[in-house]
Parts: sequence; C-alpha cells; structure tokens
Amino acid sequence: MGDRGRIALGLGVFLVLAAYPIWSGWVSPAQAERPELELAADTSGCVEDTTFMKASHQQLLNEWRTAVVRDGQRMWTSSTGREWEMSLTGTCLKCHENSANFCTRCHDYADVRPTCWSCHVVPEGEAGS
Amino acid sequence: MNESRRDFLKLLGLGTVGAGVALPLLDPARWTPAASAATRPGPVAAAGRQWGMVVDVEKCMREDVRRACVEACDREHNVPRIPDPEEEVKWMWTDDYEHVFPDEVHAHTPESGRTAPVLVLCNHCTQPPCVKVCPTAATWKREEDGIVMMDMHRCIGCRYCMAACPFGARSFNWRDPRAWVERDADGKPVSDYPTRTAGVVEKCTFCAERIRVGGRPACVEAIEQVPGAEGALTFGDVNDPDSDVSRILRERNTVVRREGLGTGPNVYYILPASFPATAADGRV
Amino acid sequence: MLQNVFHGSRRYWAVLALWTLLILVGLAAYSRQFAEGLSVTGMSRDVSWGLYIAQFTFMVGVAASAVMVVLPYYLHDYKAFGRTVILGEFLAVSAVVVCMLFVFVDMGQPRRVLNVLLHPRPNSVMFWDFMVLGGYLLLNLVIGVVTIEAERKEAPPPRWVRPLIYLSIPWAVSIHTVTAFLYSGLGARPFWMTAILAPRFLASAFAAGPSLLILLALLVRRFGGFDVGRKSIGALSTIVTYAMAINVFFVLVEMFTALYSAIPHDVHPFAYLFTGLEGHAALRPWTWVGDVLAVACAVLLLVPSVRHQERWLVPLCVGVITALWIEKGLALVITGFIPSPLGAITEYAPTAPEIAITVGVYAVGGFVLTTLYKVVLSVRERLQSA
Repeated sequence: MGDRGRIALGLGVFLVLAAYPIWSGWVSPAQAERPELELAADTSGCVEDTTFMKASHQQLLNEWRTAVVRDGQRMWTSSTGREWEMSLTGTCLKCHENSANFCTRCHDYADVRPTCWSCHVVPEGEAGS
Repeated sequence: MNESRRDFLKLLGLGTVGAGVALPLLDPARWTPAASAATRPGPVAAAGRQWGMVVDVEKCMREDVRRACVEACDREHNVPRIPDPEEEVKWMWTDDYEHVFPDEVHAHTPESGRTAPVLVLCNHCTQPPCVKVCPTAATWKREEDGIVMMDMHRCIGCRYCMAACPFGARSFNWRDPRAWVERDADGKPVSDYPTRTAGVVEKCTFCAERIRVGGRPACVEAIEQVPGAEGALTFGDVNDPDSDVSRILRERNTVVRREGLGTGPNVYYILPASFPATAADGRV
Repeated sequence: MLQNVFHGSRRYWAVLALWTLLILVGLAAYSRQFAEGLSVTGMSRDVSWGLYIAQFTFMVGVAASAVMVVLPYYLHDYKAFGRTVILGEFLAVSAVVVCMLFVFVDMGQPRRVLNVLLHPRPNSVMFWDFMVLGGYLLLNLVIGVVTIEAERKEAPPPRWVRPLIYLSIPWAVSIHTVTAFLYSGLGARPFWMTAILAPRFLASAFAAGPSLLILLALLVRRFGGFDVGRKSIGALSTIVTYAMAINVFFVLVEMFTALYSAIPHDVHPFAYLFTGLEGHAALRPWTWVGDVLAVACAVLLLVPSVRHQERWLVPLCVGVITALWIEKGLALVITGFIPSPLGAITEYAPTAPEIAITVGVYAVGGFVLTTLYKVVLSVRERLQSA
C-alpha cells in the first residue's frame, strides 16, 4: 500500500474512534432522556435564579464552604438582597428535600459524582457513598 | 532523533508544564477573596476571644459525669465507635491520672491516684504545634475566638499534626467511619454533622458549629443533665475577666497539661485535693 | 539519547520486566489501600507513621549523597570522579522519585496532594520538604541530562549548567536537613527532638548513599562494560568509612545524653529499642543486629587493607546499607511514637499490602535507575567504540 496509504488509513481509523462520543448518539437507538426533576414544594425561590444555579451552583457551594468553614461567616446576601444561611443541609436541602429526585437525576445524566456525601450526612434518597 | 525534533519535543513538554502551572494561576477567582461583601458572620460575631474550659478533676471522676460528656460529644459529631483500639477515633475520652499529668505523680503516689480517671480532649493551645506543622492549613487557630479548627475538605491526611500534638488529641480515619457511626431508628446517623471520610484527621473543635449560633459545647450542656455535677466542666472566654472561667482561674489553683512545652493549653484542670481510698479495681 | 532505552540486551529487558512485575504487584496492593483506606497498613492512632515515611526518610539520604561525588569533582577538580558523577546524579534522581512516591502512598487523601501547592504554608517544614525535593529532582535531572548530552557530543557542557551544579551542592545538604527538621522540632517527641538529628541524618546518608553507589558502579562494570576506575571506588569507600565512623559516634553521643541524664522520657525509647519496654520488644532484635553490624562494618572499613579489597568491600557496603536502613528505615520513625504522648506503648509491624506497596515503589526507583543508567552506558559504549 505504501507508507502514505497506511498513514492515511491509520489516521482515518483514529479519527473515527476519537469521534465516538459524537456519532454514537446518532447510531444507537437508545437515547438518554433528559432528566425530569422533582422541583421544590416551596416556590418562594431559590438562593439565586435557575440559570445561575444551573451554571454555577458548584462554585457557589465551594464559596459557601470556604466562607463557613474557614472564614467563620454564616449569612449570605443574594443578588436580590435576600439573606440566607450558608448551609447545604440547612438551606438547600430544606427545600430540595428529596435529593434522589432532584440532585441525583442531573448528576447521573451528566455522569458527575460529587464527593459531598462521603462525609455530609446522606439526605433522603441519595445513594450512600 | 534529529535535533529539531528533539527541540520541538522539549518545547512541547515545557509548554505543557508551563500551561499547567500558569492556567490555574490566571483564574481570576483564585485572587478574589472568598468572604466577599456578600457574607457576614452569624449573630455570635466574636473578636479577641479565647475559648477555654476548666475541668474539675474530682467531680469528673464520677463515671456518670464522664459518660454523659463523652456520649454527648460522640453523638453530636457522629464520632464512630471503632472497636479496634489501634484505629479508634476519640474526641473526648478518659485516661489515667498518671498518663495525663506525668509530672504530678511520683514514686509514692497511691495506685488509686495513678489510675484516677481524667477527662482529656484537645486543649486548643495558644501556640498549637499541630497548626505550626500543617502543610495546607487544614488546621488553624481562629483569630476571632482561639478555637483550633479543622477543615476536613482540605486535609490531605499526612498526619503530621498527629506527630506534633503533645497530648495525643487527634485521631485519623484509617477507614470509612460510616459503618461505626451510631444510627437512629431509621438507620440515619444520630446527628446531621458530617461524618468525615477515610483519610482525614479529626479532633474536638469546641463545638464550633454550636458556638456559631450562640450555643455551648455539647459536653458542657450534658453536664447540666447530670444531678450534682454542676461545675464539673466550665466553659467560657479566658480573655474576658468577667467570665466564669476567668473567675475560676483567679480563685482556684489550676494546672494545664505539659505546661513546660510552652504550647499554652486552654483546657485547665482543678486537681483533686486527695485521691479516693482505693482505685476502681479495688487496688490501693 | 532517549532511544537507547528501547534497545538493549536480553538481560536489560529481563531486569526491566522484573521491575515492571514488582510495580504491578505494588499497584494492585495500592488500589486496595486507595479503596479501603490506610487501615490496610499496620499503622495506628499511636504509631501514625510507619514503613512509608521511614523509607522516605532513608531515601532522602540516598538522594542527598550525590553531593559526595559532585562536590569533589566540580568544586575541587577531583578528576577521579569524572566517570562516577553522572551515576551519582542519576541515582539521586531515582531516589527522589522514590521519596515522592512514598509520601504519596502514605497520604490519607492523595487526591488532594495539590493542596500543598495551592495553599502553601511556609511555617510548615513539610511544605518546605516538598519544595526542596521537587527542586532537587529538577536540578539533578537537568544537570544529568545536560552533562550526558554534552559527553555524547564530545563537547564541554554549556556554561549555564555550572551555577546549577554549584547550587545542587548546598541543596543536597538542605534536602536532608529539612527532612531532619520534620522530626527534630517536635516537642511532643523527645526521641526525635535532638539537635544532632540533622548531622546524624547527613552522616548516615553519606555512608549509605556512596555504599549504594559503589555497589551500582561495580554492577555497571560487570554487566555494562563500563569501569569508573579503581581510584574512584577507593575514594568512595574512604567517604563511606569516615561517614560511617562519624555516624556511629553520633549515635553513641546521643545514647550518652539520654542514658546518663536518666531522664525517663529520654531513656524510654532507647530502652524500648535495646531491652524492650513493659514487655514490648518488637524492635529489639532489629536494633541489636543493626547496631552490631554498624559497629563491625565501621571498624572493618577503617582498615585500609580490608576496604581496598573488593571481595571485602562489597559485603561491607551491603552491611552498611543494611545497618543504616534498620536505623533510619525502621527504628527511627517508629520509636518516635513509643511511648505515645499519653504513655501508652503500641507496637507496629507492617502488613503484607504495606510491604507490597513499598516493594512496588522501590521497583519504580529501580526502573527509573535502570533506564537512566542504560542511557549513560549506551553513550559511553558509543564513544568507546568510535
């Protein structure tokens, strides 16, 4: 075949394999469904709006963690001026009570495994660490 | 390999390492302070405090008193009850007088004195050696109230602090502690306090989470439920001359553990005026 | 130069295969430790550092010992070390890799290792240890690669490497001093808190490291066809002799202070080692064997007619390394925890997974050393045949 041909073939095979995440969805009949989340019963509002929380709840939790554990802070003012206590169990999970039907559904869909629950007490429904 | 190819590879390698180091440093989030204007402390904002505790050794020789304290602490913080003594985790516990105060016993101290039970816990030293040696500041001394705090998120489990503590106050999670945490009737841990995971060090934190909302340590509160145990433990600000703790330190003769090491412990002990006639196991 | 790693004799590949096998065994054990936690080891609440940190301590000494060839050659133009220096520098590289791996496998939360860099704490000696070890690794790697490359081109090394070489001399002393400072500043541990710990570390390093270098140089001569020269071996053996003598002296000096003062917390650790304490004597046989071996080797090495004969030098070097490994890689770290701050005696013995991981880490060092030495040997071979 000659070197050039072999190289081209090899490159082609590699590109096809590397692009697997892109075309595997088109090919297979089973599609992962977008998760349906059980929303909180209390609709007075989350600490921030949905768009922000979708994108940045991880950073927010990290900031809260540093502020509470390391800086001795406790209360946090949101962008709307409302005050909240910085606590995962005491604030977030007060509304999002069933984390299996809320947190876990998105995390499973995105194949994300936050390590929070290896220490923090497992709320109802979430699988143990 | 020809020279230009080697130079290219070297450049690639150095570039990767350089980017790996530079990119995290260029993240603006790293340089903005975390506790921004959006946060403020809770109602019990403290400045210049140094929390301290006075242990009345004679009153704490009662088994029911000590049991109440230790159980309150263990339940409050989901401290695991690991049966293997080599892997046990203990925040507050009882040890023999001769081990706690080795400089106070001598050849003629009676056996009942040597084995008299004494409550021990982290001393929240003024010059804590554990804080000095921690490479990541996973443990540090809080400026506002003097508590030697633990950040379980940052601890890398190097156990240097355990080597440095002259009081043996720290425990390491040699395995996942969840299996040994006390559960309630529904199988949940008895407290909401995070249980910690394998690979981090832990110790008494003077119940910082309770103090934050104006409370007092669990052990001190548990004393109040034990009849006749008032004054077994006293908790307060040693920098406040009007606190109960300061009053006791002025009026009574108190000692600290291993004072000669200069760590400045903030757990003070009122030594018993005399020892019981016989030791717990009947020996004199 | 690197392609020399991929072409070698049957024996070379067999050695690499052996290292790889041992690495895989270590990896298997480590995956269990990673999953279950450090309870798979023999460490405990009282003895919270064990085999891993003890090996780290011993190997930092081996890494620092490269200075014993670098200093005479580069600073004092001791030409006899001309062919040995590169072997010492590459030994240092593999030793530092082993050190860093031992610290890594000892960590309870290895995922968080970068916290030391992300949240630096200059008050902690451990932070400084990470920094100086990393710097030393880079220094020796750069110096070694640049000098062997220069040799291959049969040209003098570039001028900018000189200051790096000079820097590596105090840096080598500093890595082992900083490691000693990990221990000798802790009021909680009277067995470690002695000013002579850093000098002791250096003395034992300068005995154990060059001993290992002698053995490696002889191996390289036997199997790699490359001879560093009799004068070089002779000089190295002289260094081992006096370093070992000084080390034995330092140990005796320590024992005098502890035993003559008879202060209990100073006496107890030595009592534990030599006679056992309250019925616990796990380290007693090790201590006696190690110390008798150390004295015997020190005395025999002092006799020139003995150390000039290779058939005596080889077992003496093995003896020195063994005795110092027992002293640093076993007795020192564990005894610091006995008795505990509350007077309890908890003994320590490594478990099988712990030993497997230790062997695996050493095998990584062996692998790195073999490949680096292969490069050196190939370059030399090509130059000789040219």
